[in-house]
Amino acid sequence: MKELMKGNEAIAEAAVRGGCRAFFGYPITPQNEIPEYMSWRLFEVGGTYVQAESEVAAINMVYGAAGAGARAMTSSSSPGISLKQEGISYICGARLPCVIVNMVRGGPGLGGIQPAQSDYFQATKGGGHGDYHLLVYGPSSVQECVDIMYNAFDVSDKYRVPVMILGDGMLGQIMEPVELPEFKDLSKLPRKPWATYGDNKGKDRQIVNSLLIEPDVLEAHCHLLEDTYKEIAKNETAFENYLCDDAEVVITAYGTVARIAKSAVNILREQGKKVGLLRPITLYPFPNDEFARVAKQDCVKTFVCTELSLGQMIEDVKLATGMIKPVKFFGRTGGNVMSPEDIVEYVNKEVY
Amino acid sequence: MAIVYKKSNMLTDVPFHYCPGCTHGIAHKLVAEVLEEIGAEGNVVGVAPVGCAVFAYNYFNCDMQEASHGRAPAVATGIKRVLPDRIVFAYQGDGDLASIGMAEIIHAATRGEKITVIFINNAIYGMTGGQMAPTTLEGQKATTCIYGRNPEVNGHPIKVCELLSTLTGPSYIARGALCDAASVRKAKTMIRTAFQNQIDKKGFSFVELLSACPTNWGMNPEQALSYVKNEMQDLYPLGVFKEVK
Repeated sequence: MKELMKGNEAIAEAAVRGGCRAFFGYPITPQNEIPEYMSWRLFEVGGTYVQAESEVAAINMVYGAAGAGARAMTSSSSPGISLKQEGISYICGARLPCVIVNMVRGGPGLGGIQPAQSDYFQATKGGGHGDYHLLVYGPSSVQECVDIMYNAFDVSDKYRVPVMILGDGMLGQIMEPVELPEFKDLSKLPRKPWATYGDNKGKDRQIVNSLLIEPDVLEAHCHLLEDTYKEIAKNETAFENYLCDDAEVVITAYGTVARIAKSAVNILREQGKKVGLLRPITLYPFPNDEFARVAKQDCVKTFVCTELSLGQMIEDVKLATGMIKPVKFFGRTGGNVMSPEDIVEYVNKEVY
Repeated sequence: MAIVYKKSNMLTDVPFHYCPGCTHGIAHKLVAEVLEEIGAEGNVVGVAPVGCAVFAYNYFNCDMQEASHGRAPAVATGIKRVLPDRIVFAYQGDGDLASIGMAEIIHAATRGEKITVIFINNAIYGMTGGQMAPTTLEGQKATTCIYGRNPEVNGHPIKVCELLSTLTGPSYIARGALCDAASVRKAKTMIRTAFQNQIDKKGFSFVELLSACPTNWGMNPEQALSYVKNEMQDLYPLGVFKEVK
């Protein structure tokens, strides 16, 4: 049976059902419903919750709990995610699985509290210091938020790479009917051989650490991370191809903008124009192969990248397509959101 | 032949990297001996700081996590919350704890997290080469106050035990010194009480240890111990500042 749920609360419940038993957060709009929900919900399932003194502390609590073998997560919004970047870098260095939700708001600085996608660079290119990546998802509906969140701990545990769910203020705040999955059976999860459960000693003791002071050791460690990212790219890359097979114009978009763009595609199709939508679901790894394949289709004349920023994902679109077809850009920023009609108007004016 | 003294089982066989005359080694030994004596072996997670004790994870014979600078109390909070039956401790220096990590230590204390924090106060940044610490004494020389700490320019030293003892959350706040045999024995008693409080689930427990840094103080080890005894203790009096029975 479907339930009507707010995006933030649906993510929180999906996290609990997916195995989250530790949440560490700090208030910031527009993601407050996640820590609020977790603050009572986790204790019902034998988990734990701390309202930390800062985002910096919260991400380091995640480090500790994840290092101790628990399924731990945090959520925040853009300025708060900036504060977490140091901790995220350490988590990646120490290869700790966890989940980080970013309900993006407009920036830079304190910015605004309305939806934006201007943290794409930060999420997909690093954000903190060092050679690392996160596995970044850009869901475009509340149900997709639930589905991705539900499996996020499994994926993160598998690769020992943190998962970031890159939403936006709109996804967090809208209410939609969702199907909630059953609780995962945590008793079936294997013991993590690298975790500091506290019962190890002597040669079995475990050290959670990102300090590798010997250059050769650190270089080898970075190559290990690189190999992991390649494995993730091979196995986890996800996208949606909507009506691109005969498209002259391919609109690219992720998250909230992708649903707006899909409506625009439907309107343009009704007008007899061959327009499709190519939507990355994983933002890192970016679906390079699919973008390259679509770009090579003879019918495709141009790409239109649409974003709630001044153009961030467009760089990946250009790289993936090799720019063998022109890549145009239509975006709003600062918390403003385009309508389907805005995209239709842009395509009709700039392309046709 | 009867063994009259042996290294604690809670220390590994890795040689310490600390400078001659440094008291980190004594502090490590005391923590390890206490953990062994209270039967904590195979039931401990420690958290190492950034600073001279950054390699502490190589020395304690238990599961360890290495925290980012100042965040050891937050990391320890995360560990303790998901492993409430383990003994969890953080080991931090004065730059780590009293400067960059002040928010984390105060909030772990006020939440009453059931962890034990060992705080090494040697009034200097050791690992980075002798810069002024928040705990550097007025007039004490450091590479970032070469004429001695001047409160007009550099502010005043901070007294962490006094600060934390104003909070409700802590169950035990004490300051010892590692400058002679008698004070070392007293410090060990404090450390034992701090860990026992954690076992008894009384709340946050904290032991500050006044420590010597001959290398960065520009002294020989004997002079450094004398500085701890005669100069540091004037500003940082020893004793138990708070104890919940």
